[in-house]
Amino acid sequence: MFRKILISVACCAIFANSALAADSINPEQDFKAFRQFFQSKFPKIKLDDFVNGPYSVDEGLHKQWLQKEEFPPYDFAVDKGKELMAKPFANGKTMADCFPNKGIGIRQDYPYFDAKEGKVITLELAVNRCLEQNGEKPYSYTGDDMASVTAYMAFTSRGKPFDIKIPNDPRALAAYEHGKQYFYQRRGQLNFSCASCHVQSPGELIRSERLAPALGILNAMPIYRSEWGGMGTISRRFTSCNSQVRGVPLKPQDAEYRDVEYYLSYMANGLPISGPGARP
Amino acid sequence: MRNKIIAALLLAALPVGVALAQSPQDQFKAAYEKAEATNKKAGELRNQWTVTANALKGAKAAADAGDFDKALKLANQAEALAQASIAQTEREKTLWKDAVVR
Repeated sequence: MFRKILISVACCAIFANSALAADSINPEQDFKAFRQFFQSKFPKIKLDDFVNGPYSVDEGLHKQWLQKEEFPPYDFAVDKGKELMAKPFANGKTMADCFPNKGIGIRQDYPYFDAKEGKVITLELAVNRCLEQNGEKPYSYTGDDMASVTAYMAFTSRGKPFDIKIPNDPRALAAYEHGKQYFYQRRGQLNFSCASCHVQSPGELIRSERLAPALGILNAMPIYRSEWGGMGTISRRFTSCNSQVRGVPLKPQDAEYRDVEYYLSYMANGLPISGPGARP
Repeated sequence: MRNKIIAALLLAALPVGVALAQSPQDQFKAAYEKAEATNKKAGELRNQWTVTANALKGAKAAADAGDFDKALKLANQAEALAQASIAQTEREKTLWKDAVVR
């Protein structure tokens, strides 16, 4: 009888440990599972090609995209971004002075977890902080100037692999988990999560749009979208996704958005920056 | 005993009487305030729906135009939508984990 009780207790302990393991925060394990999922779903796509979003999963769109790249619609934004980076503020400093290596070739390091502040800092947030710290008016997070500056920074970082770090800090791990949770939680009257489209249905059509895989989805940001008739930042992408499922968007750069960017960028570690991009 | 039964029936009928006595304007006002409060709670949970805001806006516009039947209907609709958004948030507190790629 005593032996039976011991076996029962041991079994209960094993199940409890499994449950705890399933709930524990393990970015490396998530990373492996995420990559495995997309590579199994799309075995013909080369890993680096996932950064090309819908073009990686649709041959016809891919051909159109190659033609579009001969005269890329985001070129104007790159030029404007270069000007804005070098344009002196009223105090004589420039945007470039705010960033390592004058902002050239650093896109792949954003977002990062700032241990002093205990929060995720995205590139868009860093751009506006630079402006404010120098007495300048911040850009709209969804506007053209923000898209231009980040387009230039992405352009100078093309080919560099995402290198997002999650330090062994409970706050960083919590931010990562918070972003992951936001990505998978359904919201809006249409009851969609980010994952509903970009994990469960990549490659499928939603109305006339080919859905991009979540793997590498931020590598091409910011993007020129034909649907928008202009450039769009990551903030614009996230807020418009919320609206599309009939959810009221949060404020750009609220913690949820910064954290989901942190999560998705970490999932794309090792994949090359391809921004700015052009999308239908 | 009979008096007690009559008193109980009168008390039970009181809220119905009060509701009947309310003007359409008052009924709308009560329904609108309730829907607004529920939608505010959805906002605190970081999950408001655009359709709730639209219904509230429509209710207000109908009331301003003096169409209190329509205003009340839209306010009640807004309340139902706000309740649904809160229920979704509550469900997704745990349900999201089932969708995670493992």
